[in-house]
Amino acid sequence: MVDNNRWGNFFAHLVLIVGVAIVVFPVYVAIIASTHPPGTFVRGVMPLLPGPNAWENYRTVITEGRSRAGTPPIGGMMWNSFIMAMAITIGKLSISIISAFAIVYFRFPGRIFFFWIIFLTLMLPVEVRIVPTFQVVADFGMLNSFAGLSIPLIASATATFLFRQFFMTVPEELMEAARVDGAGPMKFFKDILLPLSITNIAALFVIMFIYGWNQYLWPLLITTDPEYYTIVMGIQRMVTGGDSEPLWHLVMATVVLAALPPVLVILFMQRLFVKGLTETEK
Amino acid sequence: MQTKRTTFSSKWLPYALLAPQVIITLIFFIWPSYQALVQSVYRQGDAFGIRPPTFVWFHNFQALFADDLYLNSLRTTFIFSVGTTVLSMGIALLFAVMVNRMIRSRDSYTTFLVWPYAIAPAIAGVLWWFIFNPTLGILPYMLDMVGYDWNHRRNGNDAMIMVIIASAWRQISYNFLFFLAGLQSIPQSLIEAAAIDGASRMKRFWTIVFPLLSPITFFLMVVNIVYAMFDTFGVIHATTEGGPSQATTILVYKVYRDGFVNLNFGSSAAQSVILMAIVIILTVIQFRYIERRVNY
Repeated sequence: MVDNNRWGNFFAHLVLIVGVAIVVFPVYVAIIASTHPPGTFVRGVMPLLPGPNAWENYRTVITEGRSRAGTPPIGGMMWNSFIMAMAITIGKLSISIISAFAIVYFRFPGRIFFFWIIFLTLMLPVEVRIVPTFQVVADFGMLNSFAGLSIPLIASATATFLFRQFFMTVPEELMEAARVDGAGPMKFFKDILLPLSITNIAALFVIMFIYGWNQYLWPLLITTDPEYYTIVMGIQRMVTGGDSEPLWHLVMATVVLAALPPVLVILFMQRLFVKGLTETEK
Repeated sequence: MQTKRTTFSSKWLPYALLAPQVIITLIFFIWPSYQALVQSVYRQGDAFGIRPPTFVWFHNFQALFADDLYLNSLRTTFIFSVGTTVLSMGIALLFAVMVNRMIRSRDSYTTFLVWPYAIAPAIAGVLWWFIFNPTLGILPYMLDMVGYDWNHRRNGNDAMIMVIIASAWRQISYNFLFFLAGLQSIPQSLIEAAAIDGASRMKRFWTIVFPLLSPITFFLMVVNIVYAMFDTFGVIHATTEGGPSQATTILVYKVYRDGFVNLNFGSSAAQSVILMAIVIILTVIQFRYIERRVNY
Protein backbone atom coordinates (compact mmCIF):
# COMPACT_ATOMS: atom_id res chain seq x y z
CA MET A 1 0.00 0.00 0.00
CA VAL A 2 1.25 3.41 -0.98
CA ASP A 3 -0.72 5.37 1.51
CA ASN A 4 0.67 3.75 4.62
CA ASN A 5 2.29 6.71 6.18
CA ARG A 6 1.76 7.37 9.86
CA TRP A 7 1.92 11.17 9.70
CA GLY A 8 -0.34 11.22 6.67
CA ASN A 9 -2.92 9.14 8.46
CA PHE A 10 -2.71 11.26 11.55
CA PHE A 11 -3.23 14.36 9.45
CA ALA A 12 -6.17 12.78 7.63
CA HIS A 13 -7.83 11.86 10.93
CA LEU A 14 -7.25 15.37 12.18
CA VAL A 15 -8.84 16.94 9.11
CA LEU A 16 -11.81 14.59 9.33
CA ILE A 17 -12.39 15.07 13.03
CA VAL A 18 -12.31 18.85 12.67
CA GLY A 19 -14.51 18.53 9.57
CA VAL A 20 -17.07 16.32 11.28
CA ALA A 21 -17.11 18.72 14.24
CA ILE A 22 -17.88 21.63 11.91
CA VAL A 23 -20.56 19.66 10.09
CA VAL A 24 -22.21 18.58 13.35
CA PHE A 25 -21.86 21.95 15.05
CA PRO A 26 -25.08 23.65 13.84
CA VAL A 27 -27.19 20.74 15.01
CA TYR A 28 -25.33 20.51 18.31
CA VAL A 29 -26.05 24.19 18.92
CA ALA A 30 -29.73 23.65 18.09
CA ILE A 31 -30.05 20.76 20.51
CA ILE A 32 -28.33 22.75 23.26
CA ALA A 33 -30.46 25.84 22.63
CA SER A 34 -33.63 23.77 22.81
CA THR A 35 -32.83 22.84 26.43
CA HIS A 36 -32.54 26.38 27.79
CA PRO A 37 -35.12 28.68 29.38
CA PRO A 38 -36.07 31.82 27.42
CA GLY A 39 -33.99 34.07 29.68
CA THR A 40 -30.71 32.62 28.39
CA PHE A 41 -31.18 34.26 25.02
CA VAL A 42 -31.77 37.72 26.41
CA ARG A 43 -28.20 38.19 27.59
CA GLY A 44 -25.07 37.57 25.64
CA VAL A 45 -23.85 34.72 23.53
CA MET A 46 -25.68 31.49 22.81
CA PRO A 47 -25.04 28.68 25.30
CA LEU A 48 -22.79 25.74 24.44
CA LEU A 49 -23.72 23.48 27.35
CA PRO A 50 -27.13 21.93 28.03
CA GLY A 51 -29.65 23.79 30.15
CA PRO A 52 -32.41 22.58 32.48
CA ASN A 53 -35.50 23.28 30.39
CA ALA A 54 -35.57 20.51 27.80
CA TRP A 55 -38.72 18.76 29.01
CA GLU A 56 -40.60 22.04 29.42
CA ASN A 57 -39.66 23.37 25.94
CA TYR A 58 -40.48 20.22 24.04
CA ARG A 59 -43.76 19.81 25.89
CA THR A 60 -44.69 23.39 25.01
CA VAL A 61 -44.00 23.12 21.29
CA ILE A 62 -45.57 19.70 20.88
CA THR A 63 -48.80 20.41 22.69
CA GLU A 64 -49.29 24.18 22.55
CA GLY A 65 -47.24 25.76 19.78
CA ARG A 66 -47.33 29.52 19.81
CA SER A 67 -50.99 30.22 19.44
CA ARG A 68 -50.57 34.00 19.63
CA ALA A 69 -48.19 34.04 16.66
CA GLY A 70 -50.47 31.76 14.68
CA THR A 71 -48.39 28.61 14.94
CA PRO A 72 -50.37 25.50 15.80
CA PRO A 73 -48.95 22.79 18.09
CA ILE A 74 -46.03 20.91 16.54
CA GLY A 75 -47.67 17.54 17.15
CA GLY A 76 -50.29 18.24 14.51
CA MET A 77 -47.80 19.69 12.04
CA MET A 78 -45.56 16.63 12.35
CA TRP A 79 -48.51 14.39 11.67
CA ASN A 80 -49.35 16.45 8.56
CA SER A 81 -45.75 16.21 7.38
CA PHE A 82 -45.81 12.48 7.90
CA ILE A 83 -49.03 12.03 5.91
CA MET A 84 -47.73 14.25 3.13
CA ALA A 85 -44.37 12.48 2.97
CA MET A 86 -45.96 9.04 2.94
CA ALA A 87 -48.54 10.02 0.32
CA ILE A 88 -45.85 11.48 -1.94
CA THR A 89 -43.56 8.48 -1.47
CA ILE A 90 -46.16 5.79 -2.03
CA GLY A 91 -47.75 7.74 -4.88
CA LYS A 92 -44.46 8.28 -6.68
CA LEU A 93 -43.37 4.66 -6.25
CA SER A 94 -46.63 3.13 -7.43
CA ILE A 95 -47.23 5.26 -10.49
CA SER A 96 -43.58 5.05 -11.55
CA ILE A 97 -43.24 1.31 -11.23
CA ILE A 98 -46.35 0.63 -13.33
CA SER A 99 -45.30 3.16 -15.99
CA ALA A 100 -41.87 1.56 -16.21
CA PHE A 101 -43.53 -1.85 -16.50
CA ALA A 102 -45.67 -0.59 -19.40
CA ILE A 103 -42.70 0.95 -21.17
CA VAL A 104 -40.41 -2.07 -20.86
CA TYR A 105 -42.78 -5.01 -21.23
CA PHE A 106 -45.18 -3.80 -23.89
CA ARG A 107 -44.76 -2.54 -27.42
CA PHE A 108 -47.53 -0.13 -28.34
CA PRO A 109 -48.07 2.99 -30.44
CA GLY A 110 -47.05 6.18 -28.64
CA ARG A 111 -44.56 4.48 -26.33
CA ILE A 112 -41.72 6.88 -27.07
CA PHE A 113 -44.09 9.83 -26.91
CA PHE A 114 -45.25 8.94 -23.39
CA PHE A 115 -41.69 8.31 -22.33
CA TRP A 116 -40.80 11.87 -23.37
CA ILE A 117 -43.79 13.32 -21.57
CA ILE A 118 -42.57 11.68 -18.39
CA PHE A 119 -39.04 12.86 -19.12
CA LEU A 120 -40.30 16.45 -19.36
CA THR A 121 -41.16 16.49 -15.65
CA LEU A 122 -37.43 16.58 -14.95
CA MET A 123 -37.21 19.88 -16.75
CA LEU A 124 -40.17 21.54 -15.08
CA PRO A 125 -39.60 21.69 -11.31
CA VAL A 126 -42.37 23.41 -9.39
CA GLU A 127 -40.08 26.34 -8.63
CA VAL A 128 -40.11 27.53 -12.23
CA ARG A 129 -43.88 27.54 -12.69
CA ILE A 130 -45.08 28.60 -9.29
CA VAL A 131 -48.04 30.82 -10.16
CA PRO A 132 -49.75 28.77 -12.90
CA THR A 133 -49.42 25.53 -10.91
CA PHE A 134 -51.01 27.26 -7.96
CA GLN A 135 -53.85 28.39 -10.22
CA VAL A 136 -54.46 24.85 -11.49
CA VAL A 137 -54.58 23.45 -7.97
CA ALA A 138 -56.88 26.27 -6.88
CA ASP A 139 -59.20 25.56 -9.83
CA PHE A 140 -59.44 21.94 -8.74
CA GLY A 141 -60.40 23.10 -5.26
CA MET A 142 -57.38 21.31 -3.81
CA LEU A 143 -56.03 24.15 -1.66
CA ASN A 144 -55.79 23.21 2.02
CA SER A 145 -56.07 19.47 1.49
CA PHE A 146 -53.76 16.48 1.62
CA ALA A 147 -54.62 15.74 -1.99
CA GLY A 148 -53.34 19.17 -2.98
CA LEU A 149 -50.22 18.72 -0.85
CA SER A 150 -49.26 15.42 -2.43
CA ILE A 151 -50.81 14.65 -5.82
CA PRO A 152 -49.15 17.45 -7.85
CA LEU A 153 -45.76 16.24 -6.60
CA ILE A 154 -46.02 12.53 -7.32
CA ALA A 155 -45.04 12.45 -10.99
CA SER A 156 -41.47 11.17 -11.06
CA ALA A 157 -39.20 10.77 -14.02
CA THR A 158 -36.24 9.63 -11.91
CA ALA A 159 -38.13 6.75 -10.30
CA THR A 160 -39.57 5.70 -13.66
CA PHE A 161 -36.08 5.70 -15.20
CA LEU A 162 -34.62 3.72 -12.33
CA PHE A 163 -37.29 1.05 -12.56
CA ARG A 164 -36.95 0.96 -16.33
CA GLN A 165 -33.22 0.41 -16.04
CA PHE A 166 -33.71 -2.29 -13.47
CA PHE A 167 -36.39 -4.08 -15.52
CA MET A 168 -34.03 -4.10 -18.50
CA THR A 169 -31.58 -6.17 -16.44
CA VAL A 170 -34.17 -8.76 -15.42
CA PRO A 171 -33.43 -11.92 -17.45
CA GLU A 172 -35.71 -12.47 -20.48
CA GLU A 173 -36.10 -16.11 -19.48
CA LEU A 174 -38.15 -15.20 -16.43
CA MET A 175 -40.82 -13.63 -18.54
CA GLU A 176 -40.71 -16.36 -21.16
CA ALA A 177 -41.07 -18.98 -18.45
CA ALA A 178 -43.97 -17.10 -16.91
CA ARG A 179 -45.65 -16.88 -20.28
CA VAL A 180 -45.18 -20.58 -20.98
CA ASP A 181 -46.79 -21.27 -17.63
CA GLY A 182 -49.73 -19.16 -18.70
CA ALA A 183 -49.21 -16.12 -16.47
CA GLY A 184 -50.72 -12.87 -17.75
CA PRO A 185 -48.89 -9.55 -17.55
CA MET A 186 -50.33 -8.49 -14.19
CA LYS A 187 -49.63 -11.85 -12.60
CA PHE A 188 -46.05 -11.67 -13.87
CA PHE A 189 -45.76 -8.15 -12.49
CA LYS A 190 -47.15 -9.03 -9.09
CA ASP A 191 -45.52 -12.40 -8.51
CA ILE A 192 -42.16 -11.98 -10.23
CA LEU A 193 -41.26 -8.38 -10.96
CA LEU A 194 -42.38 -6.79 -7.69
CA PRO A 195 -40.52 -9.26 -5.42
CA LEU A 196 -37.38 -8.77 -7.55
CA SER A 197 -37.65 -4.99 -7.24
CA ILE A 198 -37.89 -4.92 -3.46
CA THR A 199 -34.41 -3.52 -2.82
CA ASN A 200 -34.87 -0.82 -5.43
CA ILE A 201 -38.24 0.09 -4.00
CA ALA A 202 -36.78 0.34 -0.51
CA ALA A 203 -33.87 2.50 -1.67
CA LEU A 204 -36.19 4.86 -3.51
CA PHE A 205 -38.52 4.89 -0.54
CA VAL A 206 -35.78 6.36 1.65
CA ILE A 207 -34.90 9.08 -0.86
CA MET A 208 -38.49 10.01 -1.55
CA PHE A 209 -39.57 10.06 2.05
CA ILE A 210 -36.85 12.63 2.70
CA TYR A 211 -37.90 14.56 -0.39
CA GLY A 212 -41.53 14.54 0.70
CA TRP A 213 -40.87 15.44 4.32
CA ASN A 214 -38.64 18.35 3.33
CA GLN A 215 -41.10 20.02 0.95
CA TYR A 216 -41.21 23.71 1.68
CA LEU A 217 -42.37 25.93 -1.17
CA TRP A 218 -45.34 23.80 -2.12
CA PRO A 219 -47.02 23.61 1.31
CA LEU A 220 -46.22 27.29 1.76
CA LEU A 221 -48.25 28.11 -1.33
CA ILE A 222 -51.27 25.95 -0.95
CA THR A 223 -51.94 25.88 2.79
CA THR A 224 -53.48 28.89 4.46
CA ASP A 225 -55.32 26.88 7.08
CA PRO A 226 -53.09 26.05 10.09
CA GLU A 227 -54.81 22.63 10.18
CA TYR A 228 -52.69 21.66 7.16
CA TYR A 229 -49.38 23.32 8.00
CA THR A 230 -46.42 21.00 7.73
CA ILE A 231 -43.57 21.29 10.19
CA VAL A 232 -40.85 22.35 7.77
CA MET A 233 -42.84 25.32 6.48
CA GLY A 234 -44.27 25.99 9.95
CA ILE A 235 -40.81 26.85 11.26
CA GLN A 236 -40.71 29.89 9.03
CA ARG A 237 -43.86 31.20 10.73
CA MET A 238 -42.24 30.71 14.13
CA VAL A 239 -39.16 32.61 13.08
CA THR A 240 -40.92 35.56 11.54
CA GLY A 241 -44.37 35.17 13.11
CA GLY A 242 -43.92 37.49 16.10
CA ASP A 243 -42.95 41.13 16.24
CA SER A 244 -39.94 40.60 18.43
CA GLU A 245 -36.82 38.41 18.31
CA PRO A 246 -37.84 34.77 17.72
CA LEU A 247 -38.31 32.65 20.84
CA TRP A 248 -35.12 30.76 20.14
CA HIS A 249 -35.59 27.99 22.68
CA LEU A 250 -38.93 27.03 21.10
CA VAL A 251 -37.74 27.56 17.52
CA MET A 252 -34.77 25.27 18.12
CA ALA A 253 -36.91 22.60 19.78
CA THR A 254 -39.08 22.68 16.66
CA VAL A 255 -36.03 22.53 14.40
CA VAL A 256 -34.79 19.44 16.21
CA LEU A 257 -38.19 17.75 15.94
CA ALA A 258 -38.53 18.67 12.25
CA ALA A 259 -35.11 17.28 11.39
CA LEU A 260 -35.38 14.14 13.49
CA PRO A 261 -37.50 11.81 11.31
CA PRO A 262 -35.51 12.16 8.06
CA VAL A 263 -32.18 12.04 9.93
CA LEU A 264 -33.24 8.83 11.69
CA VAL A 265 -34.30 7.37 8.35
CA ILE A 266 -30.84 8.05 6.92
CA LEU A 267 -28.96 6.79 9.95
CA PHE A 268 -30.89 3.53 10.21
CA MET A 269 -31.10 2.88 6.49
CA GLN A 270 -27.74 4.25 5.40
CA ARG A 271 -27.00 1.47 2.94
CA LEU A 272 -30.35 1.83 1.18
CA PHE A 273 -30.00 5.60 1.23
CA VAL A 274 -26.60 5.52 -0.46
CA LYS A 275 -27.87 3.03 -3.01
CA GLY A 276 -30.95 5.12 -3.73
CA LEU A 277 -29.01 8.35 -4.00
CA THR A 278 -26.29 7.09 -6.31
CA GLU A 279 -28.63 5.10 -8.53
CA THR A 280 -31.34 7.67 -9.10
CA GLU A 281 -28.73 10.00 -10.56
CA LYS A 282 -27.41 7.63 -13.17
CA MET B 1 -35.48 2.78 -27.19
CA GLN B 2 -35.37 -0.85 -26.15
CA THR B 3 -38.04 -3.13 -24.84
CA LYS B 4 -37.74 -6.75 -23.93
CA ARG B 5 -37.15 -9.19 -26.80
CA THR B 6 -40.54 -10.70 -26.18
CA THR B 7 -43.35 -8.49 -24.92
CA PHE B 8 -46.84 -8.95 -23.61
CA SER B 9 -49.59 -8.05 -26.00
CA SER B 10 -52.58 -6.07 -24.89
CA LYS B 11 -54.39 -3.25 -26.63
CA TRP B 12 -55.35 -1.27 -23.55
CA LEU B 13 -53.27 -2.44 -20.59
CA PRO B 14 -50.11 -0.39 -21.26
CA TYR B 15 -52.17 2.77 -21.60
CA ALA B 16 -53.98 2.05 -18.37
CA LEU B 17 -50.63 1.50 -16.62
CA LEU B 18 -49.22 4.76 -17.93
CA ALA B 19 -52.38 6.75 -17.34
CA PRO B 20 -51.86 7.93 -13.73
CA GLN B 21 -48.33 9.20 -14.35
CA VAL B 22 -49.19 10.81 -17.69
CA ILE B 23 -52.39 12.45 -16.46
CA ILE B 24 -50.65 13.97 -13.45
CA THR B 25 -47.82 15.14 -15.64
CA LEU B 26 -50.18 16.76 -18.13
CA ILE B 27 -52.33 18.48 -15.52
CA PHE B 28 -49.72 19.60 -13.02
CA PHE B 29 -46.58 19.95 -15.16
CA ILE B 30 -47.27 20.51 -18.83
CA TRP B 31 -50.44 22.57 -18.57
CA PRO B 32 -49.07 25.08 -16.00
CA SER B 33 -45.88 25.42 -18.03
CA TYR B 34 -47.94 26.14 -21.11
CA GLN B 35 -49.90 28.70 -19.08
CA ALA B 36 -46.67 30.36 -18.04
CA LEU B 37 -45.63 30.57 -21.69
CA VAL B 38 -48.95 32.16 -22.62
CA GLN B 39 -49.01 34.58 -19.69
CA SER B 40 -45.48 35.68 -20.44
CA VAL B 41 -46.59 37.35 -23.68
CA TYR B 42 -49.69 39.02 -22.23
CA ARG B 43 -50.20 42.01 -20.02
CA GLN B 44 -52.65 40.95 -17.33
CA GLY B 45 -56.20 42.34 -17.33
CA ASP B 46 -57.58 44.07 -14.27
CA ALA B 47 -59.52 42.21 -11.61
CA PHE B 48 -62.93 43.46 -12.75
CA GLY B 49 -62.67 42.31 -16.36
CA ILE B 50 -62.98 45.87 -17.71
CA ARG B 51 -59.60 45.78 -19.35
CA PRO B 52 -59.02 42.31 -20.84
CA PRO B 53 -55.51 40.82 -21.03
CA THR B 54 -53.66 42.20 -24.02
CA PHE B 55 -51.14 40.48 -26.22
CA VAL B 56 -47.89 42.39 -25.88
CA TRP B 57 -45.35 40.24 -27.76
CA PHE B 58 -42.08 40.15 -25.83
CA HIS B 59 -42.76 43.28 -23.85
CA ASN B 60 -42.56 41.45 -20.51
CA PHE B 61 -39.13 40.07 -21.39
CA GLN B 62 -37.87 43.43 -22.60
CA ALA B 63 -39.12 45.02 -19.40
CA LEU B 64 -37.26 42.39 -17.36
CA PHE B 65 -33.94 42.91 -19.05
CA ALA B 66 -34.31 46.66 -18.69
CA ASP B 67 -35.05 46.25 -14.99
CA ASP B 68 -32.08 46.81 -12.70
CA LEU B 69 -33.66 44.69 -9.99
CA TYR B 70 -33.88 41.71 -12.33
CA LEU B 71 -30.36 42.14 -13.63
CA ASN B 72 -29.20 42.42 -10.06
CA SER B 73 -31.04 39.21 -9.23
CA LEU B 74 -29.33 37.44 -12.13
CA ARG B 75 -25.96 38.52 -10.78
CA THR B 76 -26.91 37.52 -7.24
CA THR B 77 -28.01 34.10 -8.46
CA PHE B 78 -24.73 33.65 -10.32
CA ILE B 79 -22.60 34.52 -7.29
CA PHE B 80 -24.78 32.42 -5.01
CA SER B 81 -24.72 29.33 -7.26
CA VAL B 82 -21.00 29.47 -7.94
CA GLY B 83 -20.25 30.12 -4.27
CA THR B 84 -22.43 27.26 -3.05
CA THR B 85 -21.11 24.83 -5.67
CA VAL B 86 -17.42 25.60 -5.14
CA LEU B 87 -17.60 25.63 -1.35
CA SER B 88 -19.63 22.48 -1.06
CA MET B 89 -17.72 20.48 -3.66
CA GLY B 90 -14.33 21.63 -2.39
CA ILE B 91 -15.02 20.55 1.17
CA ALA B 92 -16.67 17.32 0.04
CA LEU B 93 -13.67 16.40 -2.13
CA LEU B 94 -11.28 17.03 0.75
CA PHE B 95 -13.37 14.82 3.05
CA ALA B 96 -13.72 12.10 0.43
CA VAL B 97 -9.96 11.96 -0.24
CA MET B 98 -9.26 11.71 3.48
CA VAL B 99 -11.95 9.11 4.17
CA ASN B 100 -10.78 7.06 1.19
CA ARG B 101 -7.39 6.56 2.95
CA MET B 102 -9.11 4.99 5.92
CA ILE B 103 -9.84 1.34 6.15
CA ARG B 104 -11.41 0.58 9.49
CA SER B 105 -12.93 4.00 10.20
CA ARG B 106 -14.30 4.64 6.70
CA ASP B 107 -17.88 3.68 7.55
CA SER B 108 -18.00 5.62 10.80
CA TYR B 109 -16.80 8.82 9.17
CA THR B 110 -19.26 8.30 6.33
CA THR B 111 -22.12 8.00 8.82
CA PHE B 112 -21.12 11.28 10.44
CA LEU B 113 -20.94 13.04 7.09
CA VAL B 114 -24.08 11.86 5.30
CA TRP B 115 -26.94 12.85 7.57
CA PRO B 116 -27.06 16.62 6.84
CA TYR B 117 -28.61 15.59 3.52
CA ALA B 118 -31.76 14.78 5.50
CA ILE B 119 -32.13 18.34 6.74
CA ALA B 120 -34.46 20.52 4.69
CA PRO B 121 -32.88 23.62 3.12
CA ALA B 122 -35.22 25.85 5.14
CA ILE B 123 -34.07 24.22 8.38
CA ALA B 124 -30.43 24.43 7.36
CA GLY B 125 -31.05 28.13 6.80
CA VAL B 126 -32.57 28.62 10.24
CA LEU B 127 -29.70 26.73 11.91
CA TRP B 128 -27.03 28.93 10.38
CA TRP B 129 -29.15 32.00 10.86
CA PHE B 130 -29.08 31.26 14.57
CA ILE B 131 -25.33 30.71 14.63
CA PHE B 132 -24.79 33.96 12.71
CA ASN B 133 -27.32 35.93 14.77
CA PRO B 134 -25.64 39.32 15.33
CA THR B 135 -26.62 39.64 19.00
CA LEU B 136 -26.27 36.12 20.35
CA GLY B 137 -24.66 34.02 17.61
CA ILE B 138 -21.33 32.41 18.33
CA LEU B 139 -19.69 33.30 15.02
CA PRO B 140 -20.34 37.07 15.17
CA TYR B 141 -19.02 36.91 18.75
CA MET B 142 -15.79 35.34 17.50
CA LEU B 143 -15.58 37.68 14.51
CA ASP B 144 -16.01 40.60 16.86
CA MET B 145 -12.86 39.53 18.71
CA VAL B 146 -10.87 39.88 15.49
CA GLY B 147 -12.52 43.23 14.88
CA TYR B 148 -15.17 42.37 12.29
CA ASP B 149 -18.65 43.68 12.91
CA TRP B 150 -20.90 40.98 11.44
CA ASN B 151 -24.43 41.98 10.60
CA HIS B 152 -26.33 40.13 7.90
CA ARG B 153 -29.37 42.34 8.49
CA ARG B 154 -27.60 45.41 7.23
CA ASN B 155 -24.66 44.13 5.23
CA GLY B 156 -25.54 42.43 1.95
CA ASN B 157 -22.21 40.61 1.70
CA ASP B 158 -22.62 39.12 5.16
CA ALA B 159 -26.10 37.93 4.24
CA MET B 160 -24.82 36.36 1.03
CA ILE B 161 -22.00 34.54 2.85
CA MET B 162 -24.50 33.22 5.37
CA VAL B 163 -26.93 31.79 2.80
CA ILE B 164 -24.06 30.29 0.80
CA ILE B 165 -22.70 28.52 3.89
CA ALA B 166 -26.14 27.26 4.88
CA SER B 167 -26.87 25.94 1.38
CA ALA B 168 -23.43 24.40 0.90
CA TRP B 169 -23.46 22.74 4.33
CA ARG B 170 -26.40 20.54 3.51
CA GLN B 171 -25.05 19.62 0.07
CA ILE B 172 -21.64 18.42 1.35
CA SER B 173 -23.11 14.98 2.14
CA TYR B 174 -24.33 14.47 -1.37
CA ASN B 175 -21.07 15.52 -3.04
CA PHE B 176 -19.06 13.52 -0.52
CA LEU B 177 -20.88 10.28 -1.34
CA PHE B 178 -20.35 10.72 -5.07
CA PHE B 179 -16.70 11.68 -4.73
CA LEU B 180 -16.07 8.74 -2.42
CA ALA B 181 -17.71 6.34 -4.87
CA GLY B 182 -15.60 7.87 -7.64
CA LEU B 183 -12.37 7.52 -5.66
CA GLN B 184 -13.10 3.91 -4.84
CA SER B 185 -13.52 3.05 -8.50
CA ILE B 186 -10.00 4.25 -9.37
CA PRO B 187 -7.71 1.21 -9.75
CA GLN B 188 -5.15 1.13 -6.96
CA SER B 189 -2.57 -0.22 -9.42
CA LEU B 190 -2.42 3.10 -11.28
CA ILE B 191 -1.55 4.96 -8.12
CA GLU B 192 1.00 2.36 -7.06
CA ALA B 193 2.66 2.46 -10.47
CA ALA B 194 3.01 6.23 -10.19
CA ALA B 195 4.39 5.89 -6.69
CA ILE B 196 7.02 3.43 -7.90
CA ASP B 197 7.97 5.92 -10.59
CA GLY B 198 8.61 8.37 -7.80
CA ALA B 199 5.58 10.67 -8.10
CA SER B 200 4.89 12.51 -4.87
CA ARG B 201 1.54 12.35 -3.12
CA MET B 202 0.40 15.72 -4.47
CA LYS B 203 1.58 14.87 -7.95
CA ARG B 204 -0.26 11.55 -7.84
CA PHE B 205 -3.45 13.33 -6.83
CA TRP B 206 -3.30 16.04 -9.49
CA THR B 207 -2.07 13.92 -12.39
CA ILE B 208 -3.97 10.67 -11.80
CA VAL B 209 -6.76 10.85 -9.28
CA PHE B 210 -8.18 14.23 -10.16
CA PRO B 211 -8.36 13.68 -13.95
CA LEU B 212 -10.05 10.32 -13.38
CA LEU B 213 -12.58 12.06 -11.14
CA SER B 214 -13.38 14.69 -13.75
CA PRO B 215 -16.54 13.03 -15.11
CA ILE B 216 -17.97 12.90 -11.59
CA THR B 217 -16.80 16.43 -10.88
CA PHE B 218 -18.55 17.69 -13.97
CA PHE B 219 -21.72 15.80 -13.16
CA LEU B 220 -21.73 17.14 -9.60
CA MET B 221 -21.15 20.66 -10.88
CA VAL B 222 -24.36 20.53 -12.91
CA VAL B 223 -26.32 18.94 -10.07
CA ASN B 224 -25.05 21.52 -7.58
CA ILE B 225 -25.88 24.45 -9.81
CA VAL B 226 -29.39 23.08 -10.24
CA TYR B 227 -29.62 22.63 -6.47
CA ALA B 228 -28.37 26.15 -5.75
CA MET B 229 -30.68 27.73 -8.30
CA PHE B 230 -33.89 25.88 -7.57
CA ASP B 231 -33.83 23.98 -4.27
CA THR B 232 -32.55 26.72 -2.02
CA PHE B 233 -35.75 28.73 -1.99
CA GLY B 234 -36.29 27.63 1.62
CA VAL B 235 -32.89 28.89 2.78
CA ILE B 236 -33.66 32.38 1.49
CA HIS B 237 -37.31 32.52 2.39
CA ALA B 238 -36.90 31.30 5.97
CA THR B 239 -34.00 33.62 6.78
CA THR B 240 -33.09 36.75 4.84
CA GLU B 241 -36.27 36.99 2.71
CA GLY B 242 -34.12 38.23 -0.13
CA GLY B 243 -32.69 41.11 1.86
CA PRO B 244 -31.06 43.28 2.95
CA SER B 245 -32.00 45.52 0.00
CA GLN B 246 -32.27 42.60 -2.47
CA ALA B 247 -28.77 41.32 -1.72
CA THR B 248 -29.93 37.69 -1.55
CA THR B 249 -32.90 37.78 -3.95
CA ILE B 250 -32.11 34.83 -6.18
CA LEU B 251 -34.24 34.26 -9.31
CA VAL B 252 -36.52 31.63 -7.79
CA TYR B 253 -37.25 33.85 -4.83
CA LYS B 254 -37.97 36.77 -7.16
CA VAL B 255 -40.48 34.73 -9.20
CA TYR B 256 -42.27 33.90 -5.99
CA ARG B 257 -42.20 37.52 -4.73
CA ASP B 258 -43.37 39.04 -7.99
CA GLY B 259 -46.08 36.42 -8.47
CA PHE B 260 -47.50 36.05 -4.98
CA VAL B 261 -46.65 39.21 -3.11
CA ASN B 262 -46.52 41.86 -5.82
CA LEU B 263 -49.13 40.06 -7.98
CA ASN B 264 -47.34 40.98 -11.17
CA PHE B 265 -48.31 37.87 -13.16
CA GLY B 266 -46.99 38.90 -16.55
CA SER B 267 -43.52 39.58 -15.23
CA SER B 268 -43.56 36.49 -13.00
CA ALA B 269 -44.57 34.33 -15.97
CA ALA B 270 -41.78 35.78 -18.11
CA GLN B 271 -39.33 35.02 -15.30
CA SER B 272 -40.72 31.47 -15.12
CA VAL B 273 -40.08 31.01 -18.82
CA ILE B 274 -36.48 32.16 -18.45
CA LEU B 275 -35.99 29.77 -15.53
CA MET B 276 -37.49 26.94 -17.57
CA ALA B 277 -35.01 27.64 -20.33
CA ILE B 278 -32.18 27.47 -17.79
CA VAL B 279 -33.37 24.13 -16.33
CA ILE B 280 -33.83 22.66 -19.80
CA ILE B 281 -30.29 23.63 -20.79
CA LEU B 282 -28.84 22.21 -17.57
CA THR B 283 -30.83 18.97 -17.90
CA VAL B 284 -29.71 18.51 -21.50
CA ILE B 285 -26.06 19.04 -20.49
CA GLN B 286 -26.47 16.53 -17.68
CA PHE B 287 -28.01 13.87 -19.90
CA ARG B 288 -25.61 14.33 -22.76
CA TYR B 289 -22.81 13.80 -20.31
CA ILE B 290 -24.42 10.64 -18.98
CA GLU B 291 -24.75 9.23 -22.48
CA ARG B 292 -21.05 9.75 -22.96
CA ARG B 293 -20.23 8.07 -19.71
CA VAL B 294 -22.19 4.98 -20.73
CA ASN B 295 -20.08 4.73 -23.89
CA TYR B 296 -16.72 4.70 -22.10
